[in-house]
Amino acid sequence: MVAEPRKLKYDEANLRTLTVGDLDALEIGAGILGTGGGGNPYQGKLLALEAIKAGYELKILGTDQIEPDALCMSIGGIGAPVVGTERLREGREGLRCLRAMEDLIRQPIDAIVCEEIGGANAINPLVTAALGGLPILDCDGMGRAFPEMQMTTFSIYGHSSTPSVMCDLHGNAVIFSHAVSEVWHERMARACVVAQGGGAMLATAPMQAHFVHRYGIPKSYTKAIALGQAVIDARKAQEDPIAAVCALEGGRRVFNGKITDLKRHLRGGFAVGEMELAGFDDCTGQTAGVAIQNEFLIFRRNGKVEVTVPDLIVLLDVDTGYPITTEMLRYGQRVAVLAIPCHDLLRSAQALEVVGPKAFGYPELTFSPLPSIASQAA
Amino acid sequence: MYRVGIDVGGTNTDAVVLEGKTVLAGVKASTTEDVTSGVIEALEKVIEASGIDRQRIAGVMIGTTHFTNAVIERRHMEEVAAIRLGLPSGAGLPPMVDWPDDIREIVGNHGYQVRGGYEFDGREIAPLDEDEIVRIAGDIRAKGLKAASVTCVFSGINDAMEQRTKEILQQHCPGLPVVMSKDIGRHGLLARESAAIMNASLLSLADRTVAAFGKALETAGITAPFYITQNDGTLMAADVVRSFPVLTFASGPTNSMRGAAFLTGLKDAVVVDVGGTTSDVGSLSHGFPRQASTTVDIGGVRTNFRMPDVFSIGLGGGSLVVEGDKGVTIGPKSVGYRVRQDALCFGGSTLTTTDIAVASGKADIGDKALVAGVDKALVEAAAKKIDAMLEACVERSRISSTPVPVIAVGGGSILMPDKIGDLDVIRPDNFAVANAVGAAIAQISGETDRVFSLIDGRTRESALAEAEAEAREKAIAAGAVAETLEVIEREDTPLAYLPGNATRIHVKVVGEMGGHGG
Repeated sequence: MVAEPRKLKYDEANLRTLTVGDLDALEIGAGILGTGGGGNPYQGKLLALEAIKAGYELKILGTDQIEPDALCMSIGGIGAPVVGTERLREGREGLRCLRAMEDLIRQPIDAIVCEEIGGANAINPLVTAALGGLPILDCDGMGRAFPEMQMTTFSIYGHSSTPSVMCDLHGNAVIFSHAVSEVWHERMARACVVAQGGGAMLATAPMQAHFVHRYGIPKSYTKAIALGQAVIDARKAQEDPIAAVCALEGGRRVFNGKITDLKRHLRGGFAVGEMELAGFDDCTGQTAGVAIQNEFLIFRRNGKVEVTVPDLIVLLDVDTGYPITTEMLRYGQRVAVLAIPCHDLLRSAQALEVVGPKAFGYPELTFSPLPSIASQAA
Repeated sequence: MYRVGIDVGGTNTDAVVLEGKTVLAGVKASTTEDVTSGVIEALEKVIEASGIDRQRIAGVMIGTTHFTNAVIERRHMEEVAAIRLGLPSGAGLPPMVDWPDDIREIVGNHGYQVRGGYEFDGREIAPLDEDEIVRIAGDIRAKGLKAASVTCVFSGINDAMEQRTKEILQQHCPGLPVVMSKDIGRHGLLARESAAIMNASLLSLADRTVAAFGKALETAGITAPFYITQNDGTLMAADVVRSFPVLTFASGPTNSMRGAAFLTGLKDAVVVDVGGTTSDVGSLSHGFPRQASTTVDIGGVRTNFRMPDVFSIGLGGGSLVVEGDKGVTIGPKSVGYRVRQDALCFGGSTLTTTDIAVASGKADIGDKALVAGVDKALVEAAAKKIDAMLEACVERSRISSTPVPVIAVGGGSILMPDKIGDLDVIRPDNFAVANAVGAAIAQISGETDRVFSLIDGRTRESALAEAEAEAREKAIAAGAVAETLEVIEREDTPLAYLPGNATRIHVKVVGEMGGHGG
């Protein structure tokens, strides 16, 4: 019996195939948007390069270029970044999630969606899409990196993420058929990932394309690639890459400092910590602190809070402009701290409940937003 | 008492004698194929020039770029069985996956992935597949491979599988050197594995090189102990290098930068060290080389050593100048130490960058008449290209737009113009032997890297203090002056799911060598 050819819900002419150069830029851009977390995208890039070598294609599609009722499956890696740099992925965890999900709902998936554009999770879904022969939509659920699954705009704006499928490198596939809340789903998945050795891929219940178009953070891939390209171009032209990043995302450079102390520990699958900086250049004589929970969450100058989550706190190598992730932090390192305004979808009262300072255990802090790109222009 | 610093580069072997902070003499000799005769020549020359009694030499500090050059030039590297324990993890990313194709081919691309490895909490990913190791041992014999590396997932937490693999391999392949990744690098599988593979591929070269150094000193009648400098600018006992040649990577740049700071008294500058085969460019900040904050490329391979942020290009005094369809190319191939025979201006038949410097009037060595026949347009194009290459790396290494001086050191620095962009170029006295000066002033380190249980009132802070005290004790025992010790590395990595809230602490201190009456 010959299987019926799958009916495409999009025009193939609208697909953008990523080049190796795009991947280099995406690696840097995703690292910047990772705000220190999400894992190092380097390993994901290597997997993507291996996929390209094997003849697969990485294709991106606009959220308005697919039929509204198309089924889109969001996917991302879950686990501690420190573990991931030592215990590498097997490589097909995401593909196994896709196939298990299609078996579960007895329908084919039309497109892949990125859960989180920050860090390794920018590239992992691309590999899943490529191996599965599907496009990936140009958006994501966070516009940065966050440590927990209920923190996607999809969940915040009403999508129930179960049934979900979670596959590890051993070949185990776990299905969460129902969670009474997004936080419960996160809690169970987190317990599961510790048992699975600290890293797995998780695919959430499929969404219709019109919902993704309405509530996804728009143009994540184009933006991340542009950010990375800006760093590459600035370095080539011997200009300041940090200024180039700020210009593109409406951010500002809040601190230049050297790491003087670093506390880190693993807690229930999370890298939690606190870092202290001594200022140099225009910050000489000042100190700063950055609180970490997989990502950089709070920035303090001389003890006073200046920037909080969900706005982006980004650490860049002071000379190269390359992003520094929490696992790369070392005593004595010289860094520039950038503050970048987050997307408005993350600033509603509804969103701040889930991704504001309170949600990270800082009830005493209120989110005071950095001026957004739009208001800076005005 | 005196300290002798020797730097064995790809082209020149330099030697200096230091008494306290004074450079008594500095000399250059050519590096020879056998290493030994070049070292002996340099030693004899420097002892004669300084007029010292060789019995009053307290120590000989040797810096060598031999192993780095081998990787950059893809020479003297043996094929290696690169074994990784950890399947099914990493199945999609085989050993050497991110290496440039040419170097992967040179070490043979013998990657093996085996079931095994540990989870972060010490559980096994899979039991070690010992039958597979036996099969690989058969393969090693069949292929005639001379070395193996073994890298196990989370070997920093438990090294039992790496040890067991080494045991099985050596049972089936008697005498086979097996490099265990836990001895080479830190957390981060791909970078540690790559370092272990490179280390294994350089073992026979290391053996030959250390033996040659020992013989050279013996021949020169020097009984003082000898040390080799490692990448952080500190010393290791010569015998350790036989097993861990990669730890010398980038020690050359560290030495020349520290030497440049010592010779000029400058604390902030860009240092360009032009050797025979490569140029290394880095920034001095507060008198020390700026450390790379991320992974460091060696010959295109990512490693995670703690190293100075040095940018190397294949441009040196011996680099070949070739005119091709796409214009003139310079390096990375080099005649290296044979420049004084092979270069046109020395009567040879190979066009090198040194000939370009002589033909364009920048340098006056060899016989100018011998390069008179070189096409003028070619000389001009090559000289322009050399300037552009140097300017590009200086720009890359600049910390800010604030102008800082450029310190030119190294025997090949005749290639350097007097100004690079808007920056002035300074050539200190003894500029040609800055490497050897840096080796001679190399420091002694002490290191602690172990797990501390936070129980019985011990806090993270008190454990850090304890670790620092241990490291200081070791450094002092190794000959460091207590008052000069400073902490250069301090890391703590808590381990989950170990009783008593355990944390792994790594502290490294360095200080000046003393205590030998020097």
